[in-house]
Amino acid sequence: MVARFATPLVLLVLIVGVFFAVDSSFILRVAALVFIYGLAAIGLNILVGDCGQVSLGHAGFLGIGAYATAVLPAQTGLHPLLAMVVGVVAAGLLALLVGRPVLRLRGHALAVATLGLGILVAMVITNEAWLTGGPDGMRVERLTLFGWRVRGADNWYWITAGVLLLGALVACSIKASPTGRALRAVHDSEVAAMVAGIDVARYKTLAFVISAVYAGVAGGLLALYDGFVTPDVAGFLNSIELITMVVLGGMGSVLGAVVGATILTALPQLLTAFSEYEHMVLGLIMMVVMIVLRAGIVPSLLALVGRGGRA
Amino acid sequence: MTSELLQFAFSGLTVGAVYALVALGFTLIYNASGVINFAQGEFVMIGGMSTVFLSALGVPLPIASIVAVAVAVLVGLLLWALAIEPARGASPVTLIIITIGASIFLRGLSQTVFDKQFHSLPPISGDAPVRLAGAAVLPQTFWVLGGSFAVVVLLWLFLERTLLGKAVLATAANRVAARLVGINTALVVGLSFGVSAAIGALAGILVTPITLTSYDVGTLLALKGFAAAMLGGMGNPFGAVVGGLAVGLIEAFGAGLISSDYKDAFAFLVILAVLFFMPAGLFGRRSVERV
Repeated sequence: MVARFATPLVLLVLIVGVFFAVDSSFILRVAALVFIYGLAAIGLNILVGDCGQVSLGHAGFLGIGAYATAVLPAQTGLHPLLAMVVGVVAAGLLALLVGRPVLRLRGHALAVATLGLGILVAMVITNEAWLTGGPDGMRVERLTLFGWRVRGADNWYWITAGVLLLGALVACSIKASPTGRALRAVHDSEVAAMVAGIDVARYKTLAFVISAVYAGVAGGLLALYDGFVTPDVAGFLNSIELITMVVLGGMGSVLGAVVGATILTALPQLLTAFSEYEHMVLGLIMMVVMIVLRAGIVPSLLALVGRGGRA
Repeated sequence: MTSELLQFAFSGLTVGAVYALVALGFTLIYNASGVINFAQGEFVMIGGMSTVFLSALGVPLPIASIVAVAVAVLVGLLLWALAIEPARGASPVTLIIITIGASIFLRGLSQTVFDKQFHSLPPISGDAPVRLAGAAVLPQTFWVLGGSFAVVVLLWLFLERTLLGKAVLATAANRVAARLVGINTALVVGLSFGVSAAIGALAGILVTPITLTSYDVGTLLALKGFAAAMLGGMGNPFGAVVGGLAVGLIEAFGAGLISSDYKDAFAFLVILAVLFFMPAGLFGRRSVERV
């Protein structure tokens, strides 16, 4: 019980604390972006951290969620929220469809297969300009809930924070459940998991679908929040950022995913004044953190604290 | 029609040769250390950009090229000594993130040291196309193909005919056993980074007159090189060359005959299909999981 609620509680305290500590709509806007990417990273972490399957194309699912939310209201007049639901279902279905054949692959073969998958999605979005606006992107209809136009940094802060908390709670529940244990067993040794009666292919696909659904929701939120989508959201660099968030923050750690998302999302925003050095600083941080804290920030620090406590 | 196909074949082989050299770089480092080095494309960029800027300073092209290769080798050795060696024993995905961090860092560095423009180099033998059975081929194409072939042959000679090369092969086959017979495996890993960087830089210098270069060309090249290495079977140098040429040809024919918008898609579709039936790639060794 403690394990299930500890992380969401920590997040809740942080979210409320940040809201009252800062008095800048710029920071609230960046925070909302952090929450959206944090949600995607939490989902990806279930696949990568818990189940041990790497995906270098996860931004593809983000793109499906975002573009469903953008295209459907423009083409059919569907309500943006319903369009987002369609996008999330589509992301999940695609993961279900390709999950079994793709996840038969291991290690680097899996990496290149998921990479290809993400690139295919990004390419369709870029090239089918009649639907998606092509490389220039397209506007997204503003979200209206029961006649209330959702706008303002405060409101988006709380909406994205709420979805992030829900996502964290679900992820922690999965981790504490028999499903979570089965996923970790697949991670440790597929053969041993199979011997213990775990349907390895089924659980890998399940983790893939769950992570795709998280990414779909994050993509939809991103479209609604930004009011504009470009194919970059599904691009290779975004996929790399997502996996970096997971590994940097700490594989298998829900809090780590959010920490990783914070660093990779907030840092470029804060460094815009030094845009000349933005990439150098980001690359340097990635290298130094991974060399010093190999298991990722949160697990490594927890281990340090734990050792200190025992000593 | 045949002249058109020949045209596609030449352009496919040209980019394919560059992919093959990048894939060869991936393979060398992977064999020596088990690391997938995503900064491989940055070596190509450093080779091209350094030559461009040195020759702009008035350095003659041959000397500029040699210095550019030396710069890339230095960067490769520094990458190994400062980022890979300190992280020895870390998990593969951690090492991948480190090399991606390195590639972002190098891209940022060259954006500051050089600039964000596209640059070209004068072709070695002029730019009057050669007519070949109806296809127009740039003379530089032959330099790219010939240079790549020379690199492959030299690498083969090094690995098969020299003691140091055999140490590299022994390390690739079994690191612990190699250390037991007295091979300095850390040195071999460092060497593989240096050689990979040199190969990448050379590819960058040769191909810049055709495809241009800028600070961010490395990402896509690393992507294609990695895919090519996987297609051929990661760890097999012969597979890397075949994989690179195959990816280049698929792209050129896909773009020419079907759709240029989806040119990158064809290569990845073929790779997905190949991996589906042969998870170890075309020439890769099957791996067995130990329990």
